[in-house]
Amino acid sequence: MKLLECPINGIRPISEFTYGGEYRNMPNPDTCSDSEWAAYVHYRNGAPGLKKEWWYHTPSGTWFIAERNTMTDKVNRTYLLGQEEAK
Amino acid sequence: MPLGLLKYGLSSEHPAPRFFRDCTEPKKSYDAVIIGGGGHGLAAAYYLAKDYGITNVAVLEKGYIGGGNTGRNTTIVRSNYLTPEGVNFYDASVKIYEDLSEELDLNLFYSTRGHFTLAHTESAMRTMRWRAEVNKHVGVESYVVGPEEISKACPQLDISCSGQAPILGALYHAPGSVARHDAVAWGYAKEADRMGVEIFQMTEVTGIDTKGGKVVGVNTSKGYISTNRVLSAVAGFTPRITEMVDLQTPIVIHPLQACVSEPMKPWLDTILVSGSLHVYVSQSSRGELVMGSSLDPYEFHSTRSSLDFVEGLTTHITDMFPFLSNVKVVRQWGGMADITPDFAPIMGKTPLEGFYLDAGWGTWGFKATPISGKTMAETIAKDMAPDLIKSFRLSRFEDYELTGEKGAASVGH
Ligand SMILES: Cc1cc2nc3c(=O)[nH]c(=O)nc-3n(C[C@H](O)[C@H](O)[C@H](O)COP(=O)(O)OP(=O)(O)OC[C@H]3O[C@@H](n4cnc5c(N)ncnc54)[C@H](O)[C@@H]3O)c2cc1C
Repeated sequence: MKLLECPINGIRPISEFTYGGEYRNMPNPDTCSDSEWAAYVHYRNGAPGLKKEWWYHTPSGTWFIAERNTMTDKVNRTYLLGQEEAK
Repeated sequence: MPLGLLKYGLSSEHPAPRFFRDCTEPKKSYDAVIIGGGGHGLAAAYYLAKDYGITNVAVLEKGYIGGGNTGRNTTIVRSNYLTPEGVNFYDASVKIYEDLSEELDLNLFYSTRGHFTLAHTESAMRTMRWRAEVNKHVGVESYVVGPEEISKACPQLDISCSGQAPILGALYHAPGSVARHDAVAWGYAKEADRMGVEIFQMTEVTGIDTKGGKVVGVNTSKGYISTNRVLSAVAGFTPRITEMVDLQTPIVIHPLQACVSEPMKPWLDTILVSGSLHVYVSQSSRGELVMGSSLDPYEFHSTRSSLDFVEGLTTHITDMFPFLSNVKVVRQWGGMADITPDFAPIMGKTPLEGFYLDAGWGTWGFKATPISGKTMAETIAKDMAPDLIKSFRLSRFEDYELTGEKGAASVGH
C-alpha cells in the first residue's frame, strides 16, 4: 500500500497517514463483567482478514474508517465514521 | 590437495551428512505434538527428550525448519531488560547460549561483542540508568557509559550523529552477543532427532481437535494425528492457531524488516542500538553489516520488504557513520512479528487443557530460544509452568498484571 484515499482530501501518499487499529465496539462499562472489560482493553482480533480500521490523515487531522484486507494490504473503501452509505 | 578430496571430486556420489531423518509419514498418535519448526519449537522438542525422556514427539513445520523468524532475525542476544522478571529470564537464556555449541555439537558462531544502547536525550539516559540498576541488582553486567567510552569501543561512530542527535551516553551490556540463527534451529533439530523426536517439514496444522475442553488431536495436511498435548510455537502465525481453538490473545502482527550491506573488512566489533534513530547494527562473521529498524507501522500478515524501510534506515545509519554512504545494501527481507502490548512474551498453559502457548516473541524472541524451549518443555512435562515464566502467563492481561518491557524491547530487539 503506497497510497490511501482520505474521504476529505482524496488520494494521498501513505506517509501522510497514521494507523489507529481495528474499529471495535466498547462494551458498556456499567453493565459488562470485569473479564469482558479486560478483554476489550487487551485482546485483539489478530488473525488476518478483511478488517474495519481507524486511520488518521495527519496533515488535516481527519480520522476515518478504511476497510482493508490485512493479508493482501488491499483497501476496499474508506469513509467517515457513520457515513458509510453516503458515497 | 588431500587425497580424500580428490577421491571425493572424482566420485559421482556425494553423501552430505544429514542433520535429521527425512520423516514423511506421521504416526497415528504422539505423546506431544509441536506446531512450528522454528528455534522455539525445536528447542522445546529437544528439552522434552533430554530433560524428561519424552521422545514420542512430532514437530510439524509447514515450510522448512528455521524458515520463519528464526532464519530472519538479526541475531542479537542480550539480557539487559527492564523488569527483574525479564532480566532473570533472558539471563538464563544467555547462560545456556554460552555453552550451546558444545552441547549441540555444532558451531553456532556465538560471538560475545558487547552491546551499547545509545541515548540521545536526557529521558533516554534516565531509562538507561534505570535498566543498569535493575540489571546490577539481578547480577547482570550492565552499566551506563559516557561518549568517551563509546568512542573508544567504536572510533568510527560520529558521536554528534552528523549534528542531528548528539549521543549523551549509553547503556553498556558486556554479554551482548550475536550468533548464527539457522544453526540454532539445525542444532536443536539434529539432537532432538537423535533422541527420537520426529520432524516433519512441509506439514501444516490445519485444525485442532478438542473434546470437553481438552485437546485430543490435530488435523494436518498429512492427515489426523491424535495427541493430548499440543504446543503452539508459531510466532507470526499465532493468531491463526489460537483462532482454531477460540482463544483470545492481545497479539497483533506487524512486519519487521532487516537488511545487510556488502561485506567489508572487520571494523565494527560491538553491537550498537539507537532507539531514537530506530537503528541497530552489528557486523557478521562474513563482514556484512546486519541492520534493522523498528516495526512497520500497521498490521500486515506478509514477509514482503519495502523501499521505505531501507530509505529510512540508511538515512539514520549514515548519521551515525557518514562514510557508509558509499556502501551498498545487498539484501533485505522481512518477518512477521507477533507483538504484545507489554513487549513481553506469552508462555505457558491456556484455559484449554493440553494446549500450551509459546508466543508473543515479537522482535525479541531469538535470544530466548534456549530458555523458552527449556521452560516450555517443563510446562508440558509437568502440566505446570515453572516460576521463571509465571509473569509471562496469558492470564496476566485479565489480571491487569502486565510485564512492561517496552522501554527495553522496542527497537533494541
Ligand atoms: C527482522 C527481524 C529481526 C529480529 N531480530 C531479533 C534479534 O536481533 N534478537 C532477538 O532476540 N529476536 C529478534 N527477532 C525476533 C525473533 O526472530 C523471533 O522472535 C524468534 O525467531 C521466534 O522464533 P520461533 O521459533 O518462535 O518462530 P519461527 O522461527 O517464526 O517459527 C515458527 C514456525 O512455525 C511454522 N508454522 C506456522 N504455522 C504453522 C502451521 N499451521 N503448521 C505448521 N507449522 C506452522 C512457520 O512456518 C515457522 O517456521 C527478529 C525478528 C525479525 C523478523
